Amino acid sequence: MATTTITKTEKLVGKAMRRQEDPRLITGSATYVDDIQMPGMLHACILRSPHGAANIKSVDIAAALAHPGVAAVYVGKDTEKVGPVPCGASLPGLRVPHHYVLAIDRVYFIGHPVAVVVATDKYIARDAVDLIEVEYETLQAVTDPEKAIGPGAPPVHPEWPDNVAFNYHQEGGDVDTAFAQAEVVVKQRITSQRLIPSSMETRGVVADYNTGDKALTIWSSTQIPHLMRTLVAQMLGAPEHKVRVVTPEVGGGFGSKLNVYAEEALMGFVAMKLGQPVKWIESRRENCMCTIHGRGHVDYFEVAAKKDGTILGIKLKLIQDLGAYHQLLTPAIPTLSVLMMPGLYRCQNVRADIVGAFTNAVPTDAYRGAGRPEATHGIERMVDILAAELKMDPAEIRLKNFIHNDEFPYATGTGLSYDSGNYAAPLHKAMDLIDYHNLREEQRQARSQGRLMGIGLSTYGEICAFGPSPATPAGGWESATVKIEPSGMVTVMTGSSPHGQGEETTFAQITADELGVGIDDVIVLHGDTAIVQYGIGTFGSRGTAVGGTAVYFALQELKKKIKKYGAMLLESEEVSFSDGVCVDHKTGKSVTLAEIAGASHRAMKLPPGTQPGMVETYFWEPPNFAFPFGAHAVVTEVNRETGDIEIKRYVAVDDCGNIINPLIVAGQVHGGVVQGLGQALWEQAVYDDNGQLITGEFMDYAIPRASMIPWIETEHTVTPSPVNPLGVKGVGEAGTIGCSPAVVNSVVDALSTLGVRHIDMPMTPEKIWNLMEGARA
Amino acid sequence: MQTTIHVTINGKKRSDTVEPRLLLIHYLRETVGLTGPHIGCETSICGACTVNVDGKAIKSCAMFAVQANGCDVLTIEGLARDGKLDPMQQAFWNEHGLQCGFCTPGMIMTAKQILERNPHPTEAEIRDGLGGNLCRCTGYQHIVNAVKAVAAGKGA
Repeated sequence: MATTTITKTEKLVGKAMRRQEDPRLITGSATYVDDIQMPGMLHACILRSPHGAANIKSVDIAAALAHPGVAAVYVGKDTEKVGPVPCGASLPGLRVPHHYVLAIDRVYFIGHPVAVVVATDKYIARDAVDLIEVEYETLQAVTDPEKAIGPGAPPVHPEWPDNVAFNYHQEGGDVDTAFAQAEVVVKQRITSQRLIPSSMETRGVVADYNTGDKALTIWSSTQIPHLMRTLVAQMLGAPEHKVRVVTPEVGGGFGSKLNVYAEEALMGFVAMKLGQPVKWIESRRENCMCTIHGRGHVDYFEVAAKKDGTILGIKLKLIQDLGAYHQLLTPAIPTLSVLMMPGLYRCQNVRADIVGAFTNAVPTDAYRGAGRPEATHGIERMVDILAAELKMDPAEIRLKNFIHNDEFPYATGTGLSYDSGNYAAPLHKAMDLIDYHNLREEQRQARSQGRLMGIGLSTYGEICAFGPSPATPAGGWESATVKIEPSGMVTVMTGSSPHGQGEETTFAQITADELGVGIDDVIVLHGDTAIVQYGIGTFGSRGTAVGGTAVYFALQELKKKIKKYGAMLLESEEVSFSDGVCVDHKTGKSVTLAEIAGASHRAMKLPPGTQPGMVETYFWEPPNFAFPFGAHAVVTEVNRETGDIEIKRYVAVDDCGNIINPLIVAGQVHGGVVQGLGQALWEQAVYDDNGQLITGEFMDYAIPRASMIPWIETEHTVTPSPVNPLGVKGVGEAGTIGCSPAVVNSVVDALSTLGVRHIDMPMTPEKIWNLMEGARA
Repeated sequence: MQTTIHVTINGKKRSDTVEPRLLLIHYLRETVGLTGPHIGCETSICGACTVNVDGKAIKSCAMFAVQANGCDVLTIEGLARDGKLDPMQQAFWNEHGLQCGFCTPGMIMTAKQILERNPHPTEAEIRDGLGGNLCRCTGYQHIVNAVKAVAAGKGA
């Protein structure tokens, strides 16, 4: 009989370990959605609107249906009863347009699905899409959110001619008095442009319906298998227990797969209609047009302060570009910006007003950071603008305003309770690493030579570990089941649904330590609703802080049971359990975990009040969010002739609480920073005035390449979170949030001698060159 | 119209009858059943579909299967021999050169080609060599480390 291979004392938590999931990924043996092949499988291709806004006068599918190999063609009227595509967020007075899975008589954005062709082969399906004749009556579109809510804009939805989906107000402290008492007020319009999340794997769905069982299985590239099951069952009117969602390997999400889209229900509908499995794989062009975008803010900030730099009050008017519909969390995202708008600063007087604007564009929703990068970008720009106004050093003004170490837990003016922090520590560390004071001297010399060198800082905080259930639309808890097989091998099932974050490794590290087994004795299963107990998913930097903690608590329950069996087998009153062995210290006798696991399954004898088997499930509800923080420091030099920006140094000091696996944390920071660099320097989803997406594929949308990226120097400070027993906070989004303001602050610093005070992203060479030319003129 | 092609794939000869418009990536993934190479963009920008044809790393979404007639094709599945990983695969594992793994098969094929052409590249040369392969997860730094490790004789 196989037993555990190692009884070990070495602790794995905190150790840089290569990942358990990698062997399948580096050998090409992993299974993504598009790798699934089934007998009789059909292929779907979707006809999408080429217009930003248009009435559909007619759709003629006859030629497509007659095309050899085509099994079916469906249009909006066929799927009228499916859906709607769900919005999980609620705000007072929110206007929610009915989001059909296929357009009925009007299209609202470019890429809006109009018809679906199902054929025996994907080439045939694609050919047949071209045979559908649609007569459109084009309408005037609006894609700029400020123009959309201004006078004379064409209505996105005719029933709401002002294009306002909601107004949201939040206030804390006494803002009017703060601004009345201010010695200085700085104001700035700051945009966070629309971004295309661009996971390397696009979305994809396979659906299979068993006509005998009346049971539907959906394979989807998603971050939320269980929520998808609940919502797709609702959309199809199918009993939830007969819907199974499987997430095979998922090739990145970054929030864009934290959603339920029309296509999941549409493929379910097709499979149920035809009784044959069907596959739809999104093209890159469709991914750019039809998968949610991120950001899309126009922010008007005002900061009131004393002459010594003390921040007294913050006002924010936020115009959120929602797109044409609400996807799962669309209207909730800007409310996260409001929660985070005071950043790390002791400012209780805050007022925010959000206007949610409908536009003829694909919906915005959660993209890495989801509302928090926008807020951090805003406040960190404003602090630099204030420092410039007062001729203060940007580091000094931050240190002056930080919440003090003895004030935690700290109740913010926006209603949060920051769990723990030591905000000056990462700033000092970043300044030391980059040699801040000498850099300022170097900058003086560079300026005397006419060179445009900039030094930029950002000190960010973020809301992570989503989160307490009252703060999350579908529950903020996470689940774990840990079972020890009769052989002593360990299986962990997590409701979290990782897609690159390495939870198969980090959760195995936690488990191996708690049970005293080797890491290869543990496997972590996830992403199949028929196997894993209900869970919430992986997003909002919650995987380890909430999902890992659920595993930890399940293990504590399991250890109680292990000790009961150990005591019974040793005929002892009291035993201890550590390093995989139960020991009676009085007699010195011991029994291994494998022996205990075997005995619990054979169940010849049971400890009193104990069930056979060795499995425990735990649903953990976090009492609060966790709040990571950090400081990024960036040195740039601007080429005066070309407007090109060179990043000379990039230092990221993050505090994500305790670290389970430093190698994985470094990877998360690198990846996050590079997505932040993408926003700061290159990326932007551009629509023209007709609603045409100009950046509709990777030819035009500037994903950073390796050669565009500087070496990223990472360091940490460690302030454990008191919210969970692991002391972890979350790090998935930190790099992105800290990055963009540090880079923009650095470039504005470089150009400050030319009188430049603010630059909106992305800071393309063309934009910088024009700024410099304007300054010369 | 169908055409018969003869291709050696990962050391094994085979013949198939294909549509002339069938892309090499679809041939490999669907006809041959090698799903390691992936499709990320269909426009030869992202490099997830990179395989080696007659010694050259190429993007198999931008080549027809019929163009591979008579060629020797190596995919990610053909790298490990007798259960032993290729040094570049091993280095990607050791250095945490992947997260979601979707770009990884193409990235590894390109990384090998960089060193085949230049066994001791500078960091800038490595980054330049990776220019045709996009990764959205890693920020590239650990991938650069993996290539450096193999160049330094590690990874075995």
